[in-house]
Amino acid sequence: MTSPNPQSVDSAQYKANPNFNVSISKRYNLDKVFTAATWAATLFGLIVLAVLLIDILADGIPRLNGSFLTSFSSRRASSAGILAPLVGSIWLLVTTALISFPLGVGAGIFLEEYAKDNWFTRLIEINIANLAAVPSIIYGLLGLQIFVRLIQPITQGRTVLAGALTLTLLILPIIIITTREALRAVPDSLRQAGFALGATRWQVIREQIFPIALPGILTGTILALSRAIGETAPLIVIGAVSYIAFLPDPSLKGLQSPFTALPIQIFDWVSRPQPAFHTNAAAGIIVLMVLLLLMNATAILLRNKFQTNR
Amino acid sequence: MSANPPSTPLDRSNLWKPNRTLNKRVEAGVKALFALFAFVSVVTTIGIVFTLIFETVGFFQEVSLWRFLTERQWTPLFADKQFGVMVLVSATLLTSVIAIAVALPIGLLAAICLSEYAPAKVRKWLKPALEILAGVPTVVFGYFALLTVTPFLQKIIPGIQGFNALSAGLVLGVSIIPLVASLSEDAIYAVPRSLRDGAYALGSTKREAITSVVLPAALSGIVASFILAISRAIGETMIVTIAAGQNPQLTLNPLVPVETMTAYIVQVSKGDTPAGSLAYRTIFAVGMTLFVITLTLNIFSYWFVRRFREKYE
Repeated sequence: MTSPNPQSVDSAQYKANPNFNVSISKRYNLDKVFTAATWAATLFGLIVLAVLLIDILADGIPRLNGSFLTSFSSRRASSAGILAPLVGSIWLLVTTALISFPLGVGAGIFLEEYAKDNWFTRLIEINIANLAAVPSIIYGLLGLQIFVRLIQPITQGRTVLAGALTLTLLILPIIIITTREALRAVPDSLRQAGFALGATRWQVIREQIFPIALPGILTGTILALSRAIGETAPLIVIGAVSYIAFLPDPSLKGLQSPFTALPIQIFDWVSRPQPAFHTNAAAGIIVLMVLLLLMNATAILLRNKFQTNR
Repeated sequence: MSANPPSTPLDRSNLWKPNRTLNKRVEAGVKALFALFAFVSVVTTIGIVFTLIFETVGFFQEVSLWRFLTERQWTPLFADKQFGVMVLVSATLLTSVIAIAVALPIGLLAAICLSEYAPAKVRKWLKPALEILAGVPTVVFGYFALLTVTPFLQKIIPGIQGFNALSAGLVLGVSIIPLVASLSEDAIYAVPRSLRDGAYALGSTKREAITSVVLPAALSGIVASFILAISRAIGETMIVTIAAGQNPQLTLNPLVPVETMTAYIVQVSKGDTPAGSLAYRTIFAVGMTLFVITLTLNIFSYWFVRRFREKYE
């Protein structure tokens, strides 16, 4: 049998499939259009971000001065300040961090190191995945019923503690997920070596695994906290009011005092019709963004420091 | 030389001994404590469901489900109380559709650019820049929507009102772009090089390789990112509250003020509504509706990914 001579193959058999664009230049032109479209899409997001930042800086910087940062809220826009919201946000930040870090890291360690692959573990994992996708305002409703009303004797109503507990529940899934990922990145050989030397699992985690995973865990926690600081909806639902003319008492009692927060005050000012309050809102946004920037910079610094130490 | 037999047993009394009983107890205690922490997530879900159901049941004892779903107005705070939740749902739908129309194409194209076209040096600062967009609080986006985008739209679209769904929807879309971009990029990145190389070997251009090989392979991850984005758009509160207004009307016109489900909850929470009253219960009924919608979307996304995920060797 001789193989057919390729030249003798009937070219009529190979009529172009109408779906196949034979013209190579047309295909390359489409390629150029496509590439341009993807770049345009990427730059669109950045351009909007730039416009947003420039707009806010232009509106807000003139208003930023010492008196703005140290005055309380006021009915007159020119004398209104951001002291109570700033302190309130910091109170919330610290309290939420203190509660959510042990809870989230402990839960993450359990799920990653201790849990067997049974229905209990699967249930918890599905729960965490679901909770990460629940809208934040639902957490506000939960906080309203449970932390403001149900355990009122402990939290005393619409207070810093209730707000911090609500925000803790909000960011807990994120902390658990980042803890698990950080623990997963630690090589298993370290664990095996520890067990071979007769250490219990907790000893291995405490001495070997956790210190290595700590930079990742810290970065993730700080990013989760910066998300919590920017959240407005849950705090509005639990009833953080905007006209607070005092600061929480600098002691444990302060946890049980009413509060306000930066996003709440910004929202309140934006909702007013007078343009002077809009300027205040822009200045407030700058303060909030500076706080977020500091937190993110801390996260990156911590990660770099721990990584170079190893 | 003969070895000296040991005359006395080795004296270990001043060496370190592990306290195995204590270790075992600490181990059991730590494990139980951390298991409790992990169980908090289950308790949270139970808490959410219980909270919503408790007040919603109380709500439906006064207002029938039929009224809730079919009345055409939402006026629970007025004298003539009407409870048509479809008014709020339609507003949520309106803003979400606009947001999705912005975020999904732009996010997907940006993901393709980041993973396929951008050189490594550009990628190094481009990705963090998009992360910054993701980190902007939603109240800031609300400010931007109300005070920059709406005046701009008022110049180019006659008849658009100060509060409208269009500007809220557009800014909402922009705030979701980073979510779509990063999740889609992860999905695209996971497609092995061999598939792309195969496409090139068959003579396809880069675009053809992407659209006919890479994107279908990454489809489950991309669709999951889309559904998560839709879920975010529906549950978003501050942008729509600030920019879309608080005027509940059943309309599909994006140029007029509307009130979404989340904006209504904010409106009632800001006011003085006594706990246990019917108006108080409405926020839980609306919250329940919102929760059911987003839960359904998340379950669908979970099922879709499991069903269609490509397994590479």
